[in-house]
Amino acid sequence: MTRKQKRLAIIGGGVGFLMAAVFLVMFAFSQAVAYFYVPGDLAKAGLAPGTRIRLGGLVETGSLKRGEGKTVTFNVTDTLGTVPVTYTGILPDLFREGQGVVAEGAFVAGSPVFVADTVLAKHDETYMPKDVADRLKAQGVALGGKENIQ
Amino acid sequence: MIIELGHYALVLALATALVQAILPIAGARRGDRALMELASSAALVCALLVAFSFAVLTFAYVTSDFSVRNVWENSHSLKPLIYKISGVWGNHEGSMLLWLLILVFFSALVALFGRNLPETLKATVLAVQAWIAAAFALFILLTSNPFARLISAPGEGKDLNPVLQDVGLAIHPPLLYLGYVGFSVCFSFAIAALIEGRIDAAWARWVRPWTLAAWTFLTAGIAMGSYWAYYELGWGGWWFWDPVENASFMPWLAGTALLHSALVMEKREALKIWTVLLAIMTFSLSLLGTFLVRSGVLTSVHAFATDPTRGIFILAILVVFIGGAFSLFALRASRLKSGGLFAPISREGALVLNNLILTTAAATVLTGTLYPLVLEALTGEKISVGAPFFNMTFGLLMLPLLCAVPFGPLLAWKRGDLTGVAQRLFVAAAVGLLVAAVYYYAMNGGPVLALLGIALGVYLIVGALTDLVLRSGIGKADGSVAWKRLSGLPRSAFGTALAHAGLGVTLIGIVAVTAFETETVVEMKPGMMVNAGGYTLRFDGMRQGRGPNYTDETGHFTVSRGGVAVTEIWSSKRLYTARRMPTTEAGIRTFGLSQLYVSLGDPMTDGGIVVRVWWKPLILCIWGGALIMMAGGVVSLSDRRLRVGAPTRAKRAAGLALGAAE
Repeated sequence: MTRKQKRLAIIGGGVGFLMAAVFLVMFAFSQAVAYFYVPGDLAKAGLAPGTRIRLGGLVETGSLKRGEGKTVTFNVTDTLGTVPVTYTGILPDLFREGQGVVAEGAFVAGSPVFVADTVLAKHDETYMPKDVADRLKAQGVALGGKENIQ
Repeated sequence: MIIELGHYALVLALATALVQAILPIAGARRGDRALMELASSAALVCALLVAFSFAVLTFAYVTSDFSVRNVWENSHSLKPLIYKISGVWGNHEGSMLLWLLILVFFSALVALFGRNLPETLKATVLAVQAWIAAAFALFILLTSNPFARLISAPGEGKDLNPVLQDVGLAIHPPLLYLGYVGFSVCFSFAIAALIEGRIDAAWARWVRPWTLAAWTFLTAGIAMGSYWAYYELGWGGWWFWDPVENASFMPWLAGTALLHSALVMEKREALKIWTVLLAIMTFSLSLLGTFLVRSGVLTSVHAFATDPTRGIFILAILVVFIGGAFSLFALRASRLKSGGLFAPISREGALVLNNLILTTAAATVLTGTLYPLVLEALTGEKISVGAPFFNMTFGLLMLPLLCAVPFGPLLAWKRGDLTGVAQRLFVAAAVGLLVAAVYYYAMNGGPVLALLGIALGVYLIVGALTDLVLRSGIGKADGSVAWKRLSGLPRSAFGTALAHAGLGVTLIGIVAVTAFETETVVEMKPGMMVNAGGYTLRFDGMRQGRGPNYTDETGHFTVSRGGVAVTEIWSSKRLYTARRMPTTEAGIRTFGLSQLYVSLGDPMTDGGIVVRVWWKPLILCIWGGALIMMAGGVVSLSDRRLRVGAPTRAKRAAGLALGAAE
């Protein structure tokens, strides 16, 4: 191979690989990301059952049923809408009624219940998932007594 | 009083850094030796001042001086001593001070061990280090002063976030910072090369040990962080593709690429411009990581406080340094002459492939990490990019690299023989498939992809050893001759083999845990049993207890196999009294390389409790592999080549002689 051909081979291979990577990233963005919703958004969103989303909001006070088996149920609310959620497993340490939560999962066809496979209520007792705080603030929900929230 | 002295030392450190940032480089331009020599002494003074300042803050923590706001916010008088000390960097201000301390520590090392560097290069490198140090000292003094006092000292502190009260915190951040900040030296060398407008193989030799050291620390820091998250958070996961994890992983990927491209430059004088660019990119990713973690753009356990002015300040540092570095690169890179030619199939070619894949992978991780932020800023839409995205993109991209790794060391420089190498690796591939077949048999089946993954891991390990076997002639030459040859091999050959084998070990761990772990969630009452990984756990009941600053409830489990009790597991939930914050302390037992992992959930109304039990097959391979990689880094670092002969900037002829001598 001449010097030029060698260089072309290397550059061609590199560009080909980069193209493959870009294609892969685009594909993954269309398939493997979860959009974030609060209950009030869901009516107009018109999600197909089975679409993975992140549902955020406050855990409605008085809605949590635990201690009756492995599956817990609770309602996520943003005051404009309320969604019943079921989750099988152990809730995070900082999961509490009246506090922010993000549940990841999907709606099952023909049911209003959101089946979560991951529940996040992160590491700090004053922590409210930022996504939730922003949306709730945007919808004018008072975040009483939580002045630590950014 | 002592607190104010610490504060004052930091101000003096800033002043010293400013002197070090300006005078030596002016000296290097004008050939003024006195000014150039100032760099070393300034670097040492600056390091001592910051160290004093850090010691003062540590003193405030140890003595629980709650008149210091930072101590009051993050400490508690009842906290065990080790967490008082590690609490110094368990908060925003203290962790930035640690960052600065490590930065000036590295500058001091360059000053001390760079005696053989050409004086203009050394002066310029230290000046660039001082630019960074000055920027961060200013940042700390203006926005994150750890020495701020409270008017009236409270009697008790607010305590450290309980999740951070762990030995992990004592070790993880310093290691990670040693890695992150260690790359600043490579960055400074790259900038100095661009300013001086010349670069050669000797430059690569000076940069390589710093890259190796930083890489080794970063590997340790990431592995430590992963293990910490695994046992402390109680979720049983060891990697979450959390943006904060990605922030440390990107410099690691770029740093790994830099390690390999510097090799090409050192041996063959090729890829000069690329290596300089990579050195800039690696440290830029470290800075970006610092920004992402510390600015509050991301919410996580790492974002201690969210103060917008801090975010903007770090962003400004980011823009100035990254933007400045890339502009300088654009202006001056054309001055650097490129060197040796090589065929696509050659050691150089393999290293280029390594760089191509690693940087592409880093770019993918960067895209996935920043895309949600950019999308939200532009459209207000919120998305979460998590494990599925990264597994699909990063995982697939790394696959060809993993297959190619054993080829690299076996290919000759300049022009290699691909078929010959493939034949030599035949044994490695065969052993890999054989082990996978045995595993299949032992596990009574399993997904084909997972088995191929295990085969790939074994192939990486055997492939790494193949290089040593071939070079020493084991099996062909006489036993003692082979031994002599083996012990005569340069340490870097062992380093390479270890690092590559470690990668294989980690891969095996990842594949085994992903494919073969079992997870059971059950309600248990005392006396009930649950099976996991061939073991039976019997729940014996709960017990109340109390620690220095928490109360806990502990579940006791007896583990048996085949009806014989083998060990016990205690798993507990703690409530930290100062913050009323609960944490899960998972019960973990190790069996060989596998682990049983038990965490407790909610108590039932009828007296039972929800228990989550995982069987994690071969999980220790994940971190064990990282340890082996680190060992590879350390062994490479001890290579004679990096200590002897390296520092003399070779003249043309001498350079050839040195190359031939190896």
